[in-house]
Amino acid sequence: MLLEVRDLHVEFRTRDGIAHAVNGVSYSVEAGETLAVLGESGSGKSVTAQAVMGILDVPPGRITGGRILFRGQDLLKLKGEERRRIRGAEMAMIFQDALSALNPVLSVGDQLGEMFVVHRGMSRKDARARAVELMDRVRIPAAAQRVRDYPHQFSGGMRQRIMIAMALALEPALVIADEPTTALDVTVQAQVMDLLADLQREYRMGLTLITHDLGVVADVADKIAVMYAGRIVESAPVHDIYKAPAHPYTRGLLDSIPRLDRKGRELYAIKGLPPSLMAVPAGCSFNPRCPMAQDVCRTDEPPLYEVDQQRGSACHFWRECLHGRRG
Amino acid sequence: MPEQPYEPERAIAGTGMGGTMDLGASEAVTLDRTPGGPAGPGPADRPRSLWSDAWRDLRRNPVFLVSGLIIVFLVFISLWPSAITSGSPFTCDLAKAQDGAQPGHPFGYDGQGCDVYTRTVYGARTSVTVGLCATLGVALTGSVLGGLAGWFGGPWDSVLSRITDVFFAIPVVLGGLVLLSVVTTNTVWPVVGFMVLLGWPQISRIARGSVITVKQNDYVQAARALGASDARILLRHIAPNAVAPVIVVATIALGTYISLEATLSYLGVGLKPPSISWGIDISAASPYLRNAPHALLWPSGALAVTVLAFIMLGDAVRDALDPKLR
Repeated sequence: MLLEVRDLHVEFRTRDGIAHAVNGVSYSVEAGETLAVLGESGSGKSVTAQAVMGILDVPPGRITGGRILFRGQDLLKLKGEERRRIRGAEMAMIFQDALSALNPVLSVGDQLGEMFVVHRGMSRKDARARAVELMDRVRIPAAAQRVRDYPHQFSGGMRQRIMIAMALALEPALVIADEPTTALDVTVQAQVMDLLADLQREYRMGLTLITHDLGVVADVADKIAVMYAGRIVESAPVHDIYKAPAHPYTRGLLDSIPRLDRKGRELYAIKGLPPSLMAVPAGCSFNPRCPMAQDVCRTDEPPLYEVDQQRGSACHFWRECLHGRRG
Repeated sequence: MPEQPYEPERAIAGTGMGGTMDLGASEAVTLDRTPGGPAGPGPADRPRSLWSDAWRDLRRNPVFLVSGLIIVFLVFISLWPSAITSGSPFTCDLAKAQDGAQPGHPFGYDGQGCDVYTRTVYGARTSVTVGLCATLGVALTGSVLGGLAGWFGGPWDSVLSRITDVFFAIPVVLGGLVLLSVVTTNTVWPVVGFMVLLGWPQISRIARGSVITVKQNDYVQAARALGASDARILLRHIAPNAVAPVIVVATIALGTYISLEATLSYLGVGLKPPSISWGIDISAASPYLRNAPHALLWPSGALAVTVLAFIMLGDAVRDALDPKLR
């Protein structure tokens, strides 16, 4: 097992109280596998990723429980310096908006080369040569000429390629991509996703893809973990979920995708808002918005029921949901 | 993986039709910022950064050119005053005291019969030295202390911010009168030291704020996520992005340090005769204002022009470095 997150709890201490951002998340990623973590903003998907990478802002953030096992080693027990050596070399992260995730005053060659300088102790000159290779690798045309350019001189798609090149520079075993295509327009999104999928196959790396876009997920992911209010509410192989969701929240998400065969009709929306992380509802955190909610949902928090060997659903009524009966 | 670099975005942008309504339009618009435009990166395509952009702006700014020329001239006469004077500032002839302009002595004579032109030229050295050294000291001390406070935050920040407040509360002239009156050496260094002591909190506040802003940027988190150490993040990612406001304020402050030196020298606690300083000359000339106004006018004028030049330079630098004004 490449990465295993077990019962992770993260909270943020703010002036207004304690925000429970992640409440017992468990998931795993194997080499060569793509896990899509799906959820609205505020569902805790990015915070989980930051905790795994070790770039959580502490304080106000705090990991209050759980383990993060990377190749069997608990990352939370490592010292800062040991952890730093793993970052970038063994596990890397791709950020959402490459324009803000690239340093505006350094040329892209310098930033790509920095990976080799920091982790491999290469000379600047060698590092620059490797930077050109990397830019070729992510299919940036005229890499040798553009290596001295600054991030703002590249288009959005090109910048995201550079971000990908930086993350993959040292061929890490695990890559976390935090909404890698959200800031791009649709055609470019597809190209960047294809590139990422190609490179993943080539390097056989484990990929955690954080997204709120179900369309992106269907093409590239092997399995999906759906997060809501800091918990995983459903986890399943990708095709099972699309065929028959076992949680009303997942069903709601799938129903709210615009579809060609329903053109002209009003788009479904899950009513209500995600709960405040300061005051997560008692029982199932989704119960105020759930069309299937019963009394038991308001009192008892559902565990992650085993639907089958590969699937889990945190819904008391997962059977009804799976078989399409509502309420 | 296909070997051939297939690049639709680039291809669309490469046509240079930034106005076409296809999906590549936004891409093309972004690329248009590349010098050389639609032709794409060629050999003439110079990398551009905040600094090179700022330099391009500055070169076209008449305010920068004028103030720059004045400052270059001032630095030149501070280094080689004898290049434009033949006499010595210490050769004084009491018989000529308070005399007006004469051939070879365009500024006339002061109350001691010294040549005002020579003394004004020699006075530049003090002003420029004090201004530059004080600014350098203030900028270094302030940005290191303020930058670290912004970076570490928490208790460090609180302690440093309170210390800053204490220094802010000291009135400059009163502080100067008290602290400098006990100094016996007659060099510029006590004055410079005093300015650094009282000036660093100003820069420190700005550097602190600037570092706090910059450290929240995604690229700082990205650098950390890719394994950069704290020192590397601070020096390579934060410092270059946070330094612009410090440079701007320091340049403007340079002018005020020069006038502060003159003020302190006028009050008798800065430099003292036989040192040469515009402040000393202004002080010495003020009793004879009615008989020999020229002895006051020239050093005051030189002081005013110098301070103005540095403040103008600071303004121009601010305009060039503030991306919001572009």
